[in-house]
Amino acid sequence: MTQLATREAAQARQEDVRRRGRRLGWMSLGLGVAQLAAPDTVRRISGVDDSSASRTVVPLVGARELVHAAGLLTSRRKGIWAWTRVMGDAMDLASLGVAIAHRGGRRRRRLVGVTAAIVGITVVDLLTAVQATRVRRISSAPAVRGLREGGSMELTATTTIRKPPLEVYAFWRDLDNLPTFMAHLEEVRATGDRTSHWSASAPFGKNVEWDAEIIDEATGERIAWRSTGNAAVPNAGTVRFVPAPGGVSTEVHVVMSYDVPGGAVGKAVARYFGEEPHQQLDDDLRRLKQALETGQVVRSEGAPWGKRARKEFPQRPAQPLSDSELSKGPQA
Amino acid sequence: MRANTWAGRNKVKVRDVPDPKILNDRDAIVRITSTAICGSDLHLLDGYVPTMQDGDIMGHEFMGEVVEVGRGVDPDRVRVGDRIVVPFPIACGACGACAAKLYSCCENSNPNAGIAEKMFGHPVAGIFGYSHLTGGFAGGQAQYARVPFADVGPLKIEPDLTDEQVLFLSDILPTGYMGAEMCDIQPSDVVAVWGAGPVGQFAMDSARVLGAAKVIAIDKEPYRLQMAERAGHTPVNFEEVDVRSRLLELTGGRGPDKCIDAVGMEASHGSAHVHAYDRIKQAVRSETERPHALRQAILSCRSGGIVSVIGVYGGFLDKFPAGAWMNRALTLRTGQCHVQRYMKPLLQRIERGEIDPTRVITHTLPLDQAERGFEIFKNKQDNCEKVVLKP
Repeated sequence: MTQLATREAAQARQEDVRRRGRRLGWMSLGLGVAQLAAPDTVRRISGVDDSSASRTVVPLVGARELVHAAGLLTSRRKGIWAWTRVMGDAMDLASLGVAIAHRGGRRRRRLVGVTAAIVGITVVDLLTAVQATRVRRISSAPAVRGLREGGSMELTATTTIRKPPLEVYAFWRDLDNLPTFMAHLEEVRATGDRTSHWSASAPFGKNVEWDAEIIDEATGERIAWRSTGNAAVPNAGTVRFVPAPGGVSTEVHVVMSYDVPGGAVGKAVARYFGEEPHQQLDDDLRRLKQALETGQVVRSEGAPWGKRARKEFPQRPAQPLSDSELSKGPQA
Repeated sequence: MRANTWAGRNKVKVRDVPDPKILNDRDAIVRITSTAICGSDLHLLDGYVPTMQDGDIMGHEFMGEVVEVGRGVDPDRVRVGDRIVVPFPIACGACGACAAKLYSCCENSNPNAGIAEKMFGHPVAGIFGYSHLTGGFAGGQAQYARVPFADVGPLKIEPDLTDEQVLFLSDILPTGYMGAEMCDIQPSDVVAVWGAGPVGQFAMDSARVLGAAKVIAIDKEPYRLQMAERAGHTPVNFEEVDVRSRLLELTGGRGPDKCIDAVGMEASHGSAHVHAYDRIKQAVRSETERPHALRQAILSCRSGGIVSVIGVYGGFLDKFPAGAWMNRALTLRTGQCHVQRYMKPLLQRIERGEIDPTRVITHTLPLDQAERGFEIFKNKQDNCEKVVLKP
């Protein structure tokens, strides 16, 4: 839920920045047209009508404004184009500075006025550019980047298992079973009727352990839990068991959320989930299905350790394991 | 043990590898007595099926004697000492797909379902010796193999039948049969089969057994066409005649009622420039298939007919004749064979002498000569139709 709210806020902010970018674009267009169509008027207002160099410079600046305008009005990437405006502002301010130094009286006053206006515009440009860049970074690859810098992540997955809801529920409710199909778990131990102690396996970050409690459950229908106390990766989950059409199978719907911290643990978690975090949960459910329907997680020569399959690519060749490989086990 | 392994594109190598071990409780270990090279192994050989790795044991057509069973194997189904034929798709027998008898789409037997799902939208079953996309299972071109779900798929064979009579129940006979069965054959039907390789030959035999009025064999290798002709089918050589006009001639202008594509992704084409077009696109991997046979089958089939596809496709193809398919009310049916469905009924047909699977065997080699077997089979040397390997 928190992640959803964050995403919506990011989208709103992004839309706001886009709007401002477009407004700057229209302003560039106006300035550019004025500088090209009536350069002398612009030169007079700016107080540089005494310089012959300005006769060349003003239309050139006008042409540059048109480039900003085209970029800001047509491209979705307002960030980059706002930065070009910031650079333009810097050029303008530099030339205005030179112009002020060489003039006095009425012209100097006009130049100072124009410079003040441009400083104001520069502030708006800079603000837009910085925000556009930041919004872009947040909204691209939300999960992974969010994880690396810490943040919350919500994953959902679903599968259909050819067993009645009560049986699937009972397997899940026996929390000791979770590590057989959930790849990131080493051990789950019930410590009370509704409380348990969980530990994660090495790839999820070494020595990550936490306590959890069931906060809501209905026999054969759903289980909801969350970590308690000072968990390194605060997390919560809900699983619902829904009879599938036909009355033979059960649809399993899972939602998991993680509050991933920054730092080493956050990095390990990000590495574990990789580019497509939901796939880890998909694979967890595939193994749950295998365990319930066939009695065991299925192993092949290429993926002999079952639940580690995805992390092994490229896999070991599809040929039998040697005795030593087999006795060393998955950590070899 | 010795095993034939993939050693990079267009290279296989017989090597020493560890003996197989039980990994799951319902596994059995089989000492292989006969195994074969399949046409679809050629798609692995030249690297068109992705996710092959150096050292992968190949082979998905094999049979032998059970020498060890896991503690979860149902003793009423299989025991040590049994002689069994192993179906190439690995199926759990308990998921929704297996319950619907769609064994080659088993939802549980592929530990690499995630990759298969990316490629195909939904995962497919595990297959012995057929890339990591279908699970990374060691194959059967070896002295021994591990057989998962040993109490689900394998078929027990009595000693009165030879290996050669029953070995092809593992794949090509049921595959050919399913190709014909999907055609829903009526007594008045003319059935055209593209490809006179072993699967094509069995599709032709099956079409006849299922009551087709006439069966046409389309290929370019004279020896394969002769083999089909000797079995009573009508040969059409696409390098000598225009297939469409010849088919119209043979069917009084109607076109074949049912068409079977037993060729798949690496077809040849009579027209050099069409062949070159697809060959280049395939070589640069901008399409994975060379679908001439499929295109021609769709264009040739009579309106309202059925096009049944048992040749293997792996990815994406161009220039699919969707207009002909849609406007002429064609039905396209396909699938990797659900072998488990057909083994028993086909064994009975073999016992009754209705189908003789041994007629396609042209070469029997020791396992150590697998490399040579692949070479002559791929290049169609020495009139090679089907190679059986003896470990």
